[in-house]
Amino acid sequence: MGNLLEVRNLSVSFFTYESTVQAVRDISFDLAPGETTALVGESGCGKSVTSKSIMGLIKKPGKILEGSRIYFKGQCITDFTIKEWERFRGKNCSIIFQDALASLNPTMKIGRQIIEVLNNHDTGLSRDEKVKKAVEMLAMTGIADAAGCLEKYPHELSGGMRQRVMIAMALIGRPELLIADEPTTSLDVTVQAQILEQMKQLQQKLNMAILLVTHDLGIVADAANKIIIMYAGRIVEQGPAREIFYHPVHPYTKALLDSVPRIDRDRTKRLRAIEGNIPDMANPPKGCAFCGRCPEAMNICEEHAPVLRQIEGPHAAACWLNELHTIHGGTDA
Amino acid sequence: MNDREKILEVKNLKKYYPAKHGNYLKAVDGVTFDIYRGETLGIVGESGCGKTTCGKTCIGILPKTDGTVYFRGKDIHRMTRKQRFAFTKEVQMIFQDPYASLDPHQKVYNIIAEGIRIHRLAGNKTEEQKMVLELLEMAGLLAGHASRNVHEFSGGQRQRIGIARALSVNPGFLFCDEPISALDVSIQAQIINLLMDLKKEKDLTMFFIAHDLSIVRHISDRIGVMYLGKMVELTDSDTLYDHPLHPYTEALLTAIPIADPDISAGRKQMILEGEVPSPVNPPQGCRFAGRCKKCMGICHDTEPVMQEIEPNHWAACHLYGRKEK
Repeated sequence: MGNLLEVRNLSVSFFTYESTVQAVRDISFDLAPGETTALVGESGCGKSVTSKSIMGLIKKPGKILEGSRIYFKGQCITDFTIKEWERFRGKNCSIIFQDALASLNPTMKIGRQIIEVLNNHDTGLSRDEKVKKAVEMLAMTGIADAAGCLEKYPHELSGGMRQRVMIAMALIGRPELLIADEPTTSLDVTVQAQILEQMKQLQQKLNMAILLVTHDLGIVADAANKIIIMYAGRIVEQGPAREIFYHPVHPYTKALLDSVPRIDRDRTKRLRAIEGNIPDMANPPKGCAFCGRCPEAMNICEEHAPVLRQIEGPHAAACWLNELHTIHGGTDA
Repeated sequence: MNDREKILEVKNLKKYYPAKHGNYLKAVDGVTFDIYRGETLGIVGESGCGKTTCGKTCIGILPKTDGTVYFRGKDIHRMTRKQRFAFTKEVQMIFQDPYASLDPHQKVYNIIAEGIRIHRLAGNKTEEQKMVLELLEMAGLLAGHASRNVHEFSGGQRQRIGIARALSVNPGFLFCDEPISALDVSIQAQIINLLMDLKKEKDLTMFFIAHDLSIVRHISDRIGVMYLGKMVELTDSDTLYDHPLHPYTEALLTAIPIADPDISAGRKQMILEGEVPSPVNPPQGCRFAGRCKKCMGICHDTEPVMQEIEPNHWAACHLYGRKEK
């Protein structure tokens, strides 16, 4: 089975007057069709920039650097023209964001906004057919009164409903890849559970791949087949979900898993805090970006950045500890 | 448990806001609970359930509509100027947004020293300096940070400054309103650990409000669950999580994602349908009735009252019948 999406050596920087912020630094990964991959990291780790790069949404002062390549079903999308992007978005790949209210046009009724997606793509449908399709899609996302919803404005809907509308809009073109950038972060837990369940069902029905961008390892455990952990613009560990949860290798992944309180664990146990703060991406450290906060840091970590190396099968991590067993002078820049 | 000293006694507290057409938005609608000395009481609930309004009304930041709040036996909504002044030394707050709650142009030193000056806690300048430095150290900051401006700090560090400020007047009672929800995961643990250490060290009583149930459980001794302006369940943390009585609590608990694929796959999630009704026109009877899977006829007509169903385990639900007083 070929990969749906291949990201190769993606680097994205933001050139501001003051400095150059290296948001994403040379990352590569693959997405398989029909699978859910989670892109996990804290704010500023470059996960959203990565997802926007796939949609061609990086705007000035941001720039995808030379040598970065993204392939969608074998086709290189990094040098698409505006026209090509327009055809690609919505039909091949869609994105939903955290803040549905900001993503929807407040002055347009929901119906018009959804149908606009169909108008942008040559569907050859009549107006009535488009309306019918919009109602079908809204109903599929779990909106009870789908026909009535078409006549509403975004402000008349609750947060959960708006996110459902966003999902309907994203999926009406039947894309093969849905990028969900923190889709439930602004929602309450009970609504979050509803939306995640809905997304799972839709994924099965429509057989699409999902790239779930989030900071919450809890929602990842339930949904993802594969996990990519990012820190300071780089991938520090990636692999099948179970490997990451049960056999994490990178100290950052371990710390991240231990730092959240869990309702199924003894509450008297002290949480493991990761001391310090994330590095300044305008001036990232020379070696491993996590080394300043890493309890297991060694001298080499400060000097040289580790590369992502295979541990077992598809499980890989970028950490010098991991290389201690095998290393014989394998440094790199 | 009940023979312990009550620090805060809240009885039938109501807070209404005027809404359109002569209606009222009933943000908090008859909430009763006590906070005992030395404990941490957590309040959880989804957005709009009235938890923050409840907390703010309890410590007198907002005027109440009805009900009473006693702090160490004094009605906090009927205090004289002098009593109020003493109250502000006793009760301090940590806010959600560390960016909005600190003046960005102020030096950290002045922010922390302000309370010390107002309450004349330091005899002279050197003593004041010593106190500020001690507070900084206690909150995990460096002495050198004192002379810097707030805008130079990250979110987690700002929250530490907020904690140092709150503790500068040596309060006995700390009200934390979502103190970590604006922070990153790795920083959240730092602040939770700090708060728990300080609580032990200074023998603080804490009132902790958050929407994240796993964090509330971690930090609280007892937890109250709120839904649409009402408290629906109140008991100690472990009991609430092991053995919830109210169907809403149950749904809330199963909705929390657990960061473990096996456990996550093995457990049954109770997915709630629909959404929280409007607090302007709340449903008659039980407010949760429309979304409740165990709803009975009586739930739509009669509002359930808070009852002690098991020792120290209170819930407002018709499933457990009505106990005559």
